Formats: sequence, structure tokens, C-alpha cells
Amino acid sequence: MRPFGYLRVDSVDEAVRAAAGQPGAQFLAGGTNLVDLMKLGVEAPRTLIDVSRLPLDRVEELPDGGLRIGATVRNADLAAAPVVRDRYPVLSQALLAGASGQLRNTATTGGNLLQRTRCGYFQDTAKPCNKREPGSGCPAVDGAHRDLAVLGHSAHCVATQPSDMAVALAALDATVHLHGPEGERTVPATDFHRLPGDSPERDTEIRLGELLTAVELPPPRAGARSRYRKVRDRASFAFALVSVAAVLAVRDGVVVHAALAFGGLAHRPWRARTAEAALHGAPATEEHFARAAAAELAAAAPLRDNGFKVPLAQSLAVGVLTELADRADRAGRADNG
Amino acid sequence: MPTADGRRDGADGPRPVNGRHSALTLTVNGTPHALTLDHRTTVLDLLREHLGLTGTKKGCDHGQCGACTVLVDGRRANSCLLLAVAHDGRRITTVEGLADADRLHPLQEAFLERDALQCGYCTPGQICSAVGVLAEAADGFPSHVTPDTAPSGAPVALTADEIRERMSGNLCRCGAYPRIVEAVADAAAAGAGVGGR
Repeated sequence: MRPFGYLRVDSVDEAVRAAAGQPGAQFLAGGTNLVDLMKLGVEAPRTLIDVSRLPLDRVEELPDGGLRIGATVRNADLAAAPVVRDRYPVLSQALLAGASGQLRNTATTGGNLLQRTRCGYFQDTAKPCNKREPGSGCPAVDGAHRDLAVLGHSAHCVATQPSDMAVALAALDATVHLHGPEGERTVPATDFHRLPGDSPERDTEIRLGELLTAVELPPPRAGARSRYRKVRDRASFAFALVSVAAVLAVRDGVVVHAALAFGGLAHRPWRARTAEAALHGAPATEEHFARAAAAELAAAAPLRDNGFKVPLAQSLAVGVLTELADRADRAGRADNG
Repeated sequence: MPTADGRRDGADGPRPVNGRHSALTLTVNGTPHALTLDHRTTVLDLLREHLGLTGTKKGCDHGQCGACTVLVDGRRANSCLLLAVAHDGRRITTVEGLADADRLHPLQEAFLERDALQCGYCTPGQICSAVGVLAEAADGFPSHVTPDTAPSGAPVALTADEIRERMSGNLCRCGAYPRIVEAVADAAAAGAGVGGR
């Protein structure tokens, strides 16, 4: 690991000022990904600006019924917060499906969103990688890509975004709050992560020197149920091969709201707008769920060794939507009788 | 607690000595240590190389195996991924700090009673992690296998499935998992999680 300077800051303004004044500075929060990448030589900041003790560690209910999640709230605390478990179960489930107990106690909301891909070539400085070293090439296109993208990838990068939490935030229409030298701005969670195109070195829309300060959730959709399901190579402590975050509201057997996002398929959480359009106003049946998921996944362009992800995503989406519809149906029958 | 130079622990942050080193204070197993460290020093390397506390083990050094698990302000974490400089003022508990004088921690007793190890390399991390698991379950932290119908915030009963899921960040290459699960279940049944922090 290369030597670096260290500065602990006490306010967001101080953090942003410090970053603006120091080229090569990076923010440190939980460090579970950054410290690992520093050990690997993938990251070599000149200065770490420690934001882990900023007063951004609260989960607050908003007057409009939404929720504001501070950037330094630990993943374990967010997953356990009663307001999250009761009103946004998909978010709690996604957090608990990720990493280990030790890592969830350390990792923060902001750091979780900003974590880097686990593509093996990105993490190995002996190999070319357009994300790590623009223009050096992408060995994953023809190499070990079983875990990598089937949607939205480019000839320059086939990496996947690894966060489970980000998939739930995309389905919940969350907003990411950023604070930089030019002030504050917000970005919808669905637009925060980018597709790789010809600049895979940029994972997200965050700009140099900007600090992620919070994530806001809109009020829960009336009558909707939500669920996160993840398929991985082992039962626990593994990244997703495919995951699904779904929010579904059904009235009189008809879908009145559907938000669906896939994880493990792309460089960003894949919000399934085509499937959602097909679901809106359709009967809440397995047959229609299958048709909607297939319409979305028609865009898939699997690589040599990851074609299995497409039927896996299909059955996972249908399974989750069917489960949510069954629960809505049971609740409806209970209400009527 | 004031340190030698009159600072309150962690109140003002570490004091830079030069661009690469800072002076800081960490409390380990109840004893405050004033140290000047290279910023690259992890809590794991601090414990083993600077303080001679070799109970905490280095396995993968990348947060994947759990051998380095310690408690930070009572919560379990992978010490290999924690920079010591960022933990100025924190309280670290290692496997050496769990026993009450000559009386072993109930989880240490349970691991002995169940013979929950073979080579023993992962055991300090397993035990520190299990101390965290018992406290988290008592405090109502859910896991991936906690039923959705469980009331939010209520203590979670540590079934074998819960223990397996919650301990998944600790690998045991000897494969002592069945007895580790039994040992953690024994300690949970004996109420070791209550007041565990």
C-alpha cells in the first residue's frame, strides 16, 4: 500500500473544502471496499479524508412520509431500523442479503453505493482493465466473465455493479444527495450508476470532490408489497449472480403499480421499465408476469459463459412477482371475509 | 479519559506527526494505548505487530475469512479492513479480552465443551464473531433468514439456521461448522447474549 496523508473532518463543508484543496484525496467512511482496494494497489489515494464521524448517521422520517438515510448509517443499522423493516422491507432484505455480519456493521450507506465492481480483472493490477486504466483493454469480454453483465455492457467493459442495496433503492425510486464545491444537488438512484459505454472508469454520476451525504426514499406506495430475492453460488456471503427487487400493488386482480429492478445483470441496477409498462393494468397472473419479464430480457446479450443468467433472471422475476401477488390476494380475501 | 497530552480520547482526532504518521489513542481490552502509527497500519497489524496480541489472526487480509474479527465499541468487525488511525478513541476487544480474570467467557467454555475446532486458527475470530452475534440477536438485529413476520426490534431466537447465516463471515477450513453451531447455540441458550456488550 502506498503511504498517504490522513485528515479527520467534523462537517460536510470541511470535508468538501479539504477535498477541493488536495488532489488525489479520497473520502474514507467504513473503508470495507476502499481499504481492500488500497491493499490490492487498485486505489492509491494521496490523502484520506475521514468522513466516518460526520453527523450523517441518522435515519429520519420526513414530513411527506418519506425517509432520509444519512450517508454514514451502517448497513446493519439500516437493515434493522424498524421503519425500514416495516415500510420498505425490500431495502432491509437487500441489505441483509449482502456481505457478512462483520462487514454490515462497518460498511455505510454512501460507501455501499460507491463500491467498485468485483470483476476479477479490475481487482488484478497485473491485468489490463479499461475501468482501472482507461484504454488498456478488457480481457473479461473473452475471459472469465461468468459473473459479469448480460445487459447494457459495451465492448470496453462488461463489469457488474455489486451492491444489493442499490438494486432495492432503484426499485424504490430513491434520490441520492450530493454535496460538492458548487453546492448541493440530487440524482435519482436509477440514474446514479452509469452504463459503461466508452468511459467505464466512471461508475456513477458523482463528480470529483463531491460527497454523498444522504439517500431519500419517497413515501411507500399505498397498498404495495415489496421483496428482494438473490441467487448466488452459496447460501450466504456471496455476490449476486442475479437478484430482483420488486414493488407490486394489485387491486381487484389487476396490477396498479409495479417497480422491478435486477441486480447482477449490468453495470448498474437494471430498472425494468419495459416489463413495468407491460405489467401496468395487466392481470396479476404468472402468465402475464412471465410475458413482462421476457419483454425486458429480450434486450439481453449474454457473453460466452453467462447465458444462464437470462433464464435465471426470468424465473426469479416471475417467482417474486407471483409471491407478491399471492400475498396481495390473500390479504384481499382476508379483508373481504 | 484524558491522555498524557490532555486530549480527551478521540475528541479532537488523531494528531498528525508528519504527512504519513499520526499520534492517536486506542483502548484495547480496557487498556488505553497512546501510539504513533503509519497511516497504513490496520487494527489487525496494530494488535499483532505493535501490541503483541497475537490471538487475533490474519487469514485472507481482505475481509473474506473472518479470522481477524474483533469487537469495536462492542460490535464485531474485520480488523484487517480497519485503519487504526480512523479508530482513534475507540474501544477494541480481542479474544484476549473476553475472559473475566480466570473465568473464561461462556463462548470460550462452549467451544471447549463442544470441541468446536480442529486446527484452531479461525477460533478467535469465530468466538469474537459469536459474541457479536449473541448481542445483535438480543438487540433485535434481523438476518437474511429471520422471518418477515418477526416483530421489528424484538430479540431474535438463535435457531441453527440463524447461527449459520449470522456466522457466514467466518470460514473454517477444517470444517468444524457443525460443532461451532452447537457451541454458539449452547451459549445462546445459557443467556450469554444478555448484557454481552
